[in-house]
Amino acid sequence: MSTETPPTTSESARPATSANSRPVAANSNGNGGSNGPGEITTEQVAHLANLARINLTTAEIAKMTVELAAIVENVAKVTEVATPDVPATSHPIPLTNVYRPDVVGETLTQEQALSGAPEHDGSRFRVSAILGEEQ
Amino acid sequence: MSHDLTRLSASNLAEKLTSGEVSSAEATDAHLNRIEAVEPDVHAFLHVAADAARATAKAIDARRADGEKLGPLAGVPIAIKDVLCTIDMPSTAGSKILEGWVPPYDATVVKRLRAAGLVPLGKTNMDEFAMGSSTEHSAYGPTHNPWDLDRIPGGSGGGSAAAVAAFEAPLALGSDTGGSIRQPAALTGSVGMKPTYGGVSRYGAIALASSLDQVGPVSRTVLDSALLHDVIGGHDPRDSTSLRDEWPSFAAAAREGAATRSLKGLTIGIVKELQGDGFQAGVTQRFQEAVELLTAAGAEVVEVSTPSFEYAISAYYLILPAEASSNLAKFDSVRFGLRVNPVGGGTVEDVMSATREAGFGPEVKRRIILGTYALSAGYYDAYYGSAQKVRTLIQRDFARVFADVDVLVSPSAPTTAFKLGEKLDDPLAMYLNDLTTIPANLAGVPGISLPVGLAPEDGLPVGIQFMAPAREDARLYKLGATLEALLEDKWGHTLLSQAPDLAPQEMFASEEGAV
Repeated sequence: MSTETPPTTSESARPATSANSRPVAANSNGNGGSNGPGEITTEQVAHLANLARINLTTAEIAKMTVELAAIVENVAKVTEVATPDVPATSHPIPLTNVYRPDVVGETLTQEQALSGAPEHDGSRFRVSAILGEEQ
Repeated sequence: MSHDLTRLSASNLAEKLTSGEVSSAEATDAHLNRIEAVEPDVHAFLHVAADAARATAKAIDARRADGEKLGPLAGVPIAIKDVLCTIDMPSTAGSKILEGWVPPYDATVVKRLRAAGLVPLGKTNMDEFAMGSSTEHSAYGPTHNPWDLDRIPGGSGGGSAAAVAAFEAPLALGSDTGGSIRQPAALTGSVGMKPTYGGVSRYGAIALASSLDQVGPVSRTVLDSALLHDVIGGHDPRDSTSLRDEWPSFAAAAREGAATRSLKGLTIGIVKELQGDGFQAGVTQRFQEAVELLTAAGAEVVEVSTPSFEYAISAYYLILPAEASSNLAKFDSVRFGLRVNPVGGGTVEDVMSATREAGFGPEVKRRIILGTYALSAGYYDAYYGSAQKVRTLIQRDFARVFADVDVLVSPSAPTTAFKLGEKLDDPLAMYLNDLTTIPANLAGVPGISLPVGLAPEDGLPVGIQFMAPAREDARLYKLGATLEALLEDKWGHTLLSQAPDLAPQEMFASEEGAV
């Protein structure tokens, strides 16, 4: 495993990601470019954490960058045998056209559906603002 | 007396319940007492529903007294992995994000075991969202291996395996995405079965990786797993991946296997890629001795090669995180579970990000971000796409060798139980524990693990894994029961009877009472 200290993206200790920040786009130019498979930067991890809606501190991003690089280096092994002639399989035992009769089945009551919600108004889930000021 | 009831297999206990020799109330009390005595050491349970269990047991006893014809396992206590939704017990999947969440419905398997009259004792500990091989990634603290409390019980279903191995329950439910039933069974000297993909409903199982997850039985004997599989298996219209097959009686297959003790006509393939370097010496030794026993019983044993298994772990750690990152998107602080409001408020996305930061543990964060990476534009083909191709190659390997052999065999895990904390800071080392079990999940074939002895170097249990073609689950129960009978003939006892007694005070108390 690499012992290099990865660069940090932010001097502050507060969460480095939020829904409104898009630090650096993930490398989206295929396998070309400077970041080939196996090379992961802190900027990428910060962006991925943002996409996954998980706030991470700068320290967590730094640690995860090292861990992900090691994992990706290992799992990239799949490319050795995944030649173009091999079809992809998404399910072990594929079933097609799984339908049921189009009739109303057993459903949850409104009360049941709201029973686990952190906040509700008796008939609807309650959430904070959908749009921020910038939008 | 109460101590003895916890030592019975589920099938033996069921016989005593049917004959009226023992009541379900007595059996349930015995297990609740055992739980109280050993839980401070083992921590197999996240929730114990003592009052509800006693009430259920009394109701079963009353129905039996009324002459009602009950199922074969009616009145037998059972532990339920916390990944399964239970309408009357919290269901957290080992995560803080679901702390205290009580689902508004039962998982289909839970509904079926209630209908069959089993008595739920509580919910068992697990790695958070079933991500792990040691149960150390539970947000509620690790489970300890009953054979050595300083060691891990395997994972993710370490709680279910430890509960049966510590005689806290004769049966448990587990879920197996990459070995979470079979590897803990191997490490605790118990039995665990991953059924054919689609053989058991996943409705109400909190999804980890939907193309890999399968619910299955955990027990101390092969017959007990078969009996439980008979209860929970079969088509469920609420799970679109559920197979419509008519399944044979797995209990009948296990009974037949135990009775014949012969393997004449059966061809068994030793998987070349799942042995050798990297396998602990005592694991290899006990595995080879078990294979000799199979040969002596008339099986034809050959070596087979499945070259693409070498790529199984890599494919698994792309497919699983990719699917998990999607499945866990539902934990968004809106409909259930935790909500953390950032200081000064924020948008729903800010709340979501703060909630997931606080609610998910490090391994869950790691895998969600890895999955997000594997699915992102520019990497999708190289990683997720390639992993799906490897899955095809692994399925082809299985199909090719199953043309020549009836069953495949390997050690269930490369090592015996390791020390708590030993691999916690090294995700890659932890991932290697599933080397032997992952191929079955990628191909959807059934796999069973049962104990074959103790490794001479550390005195810890070793498991053997059998795999059969999809839909041939009965073959595993029959063969498993044969090997179990042959081993117990040889030993003169069950393996778990050799485990340390975790509650010596309890034993002394009953001895004193008998004087």
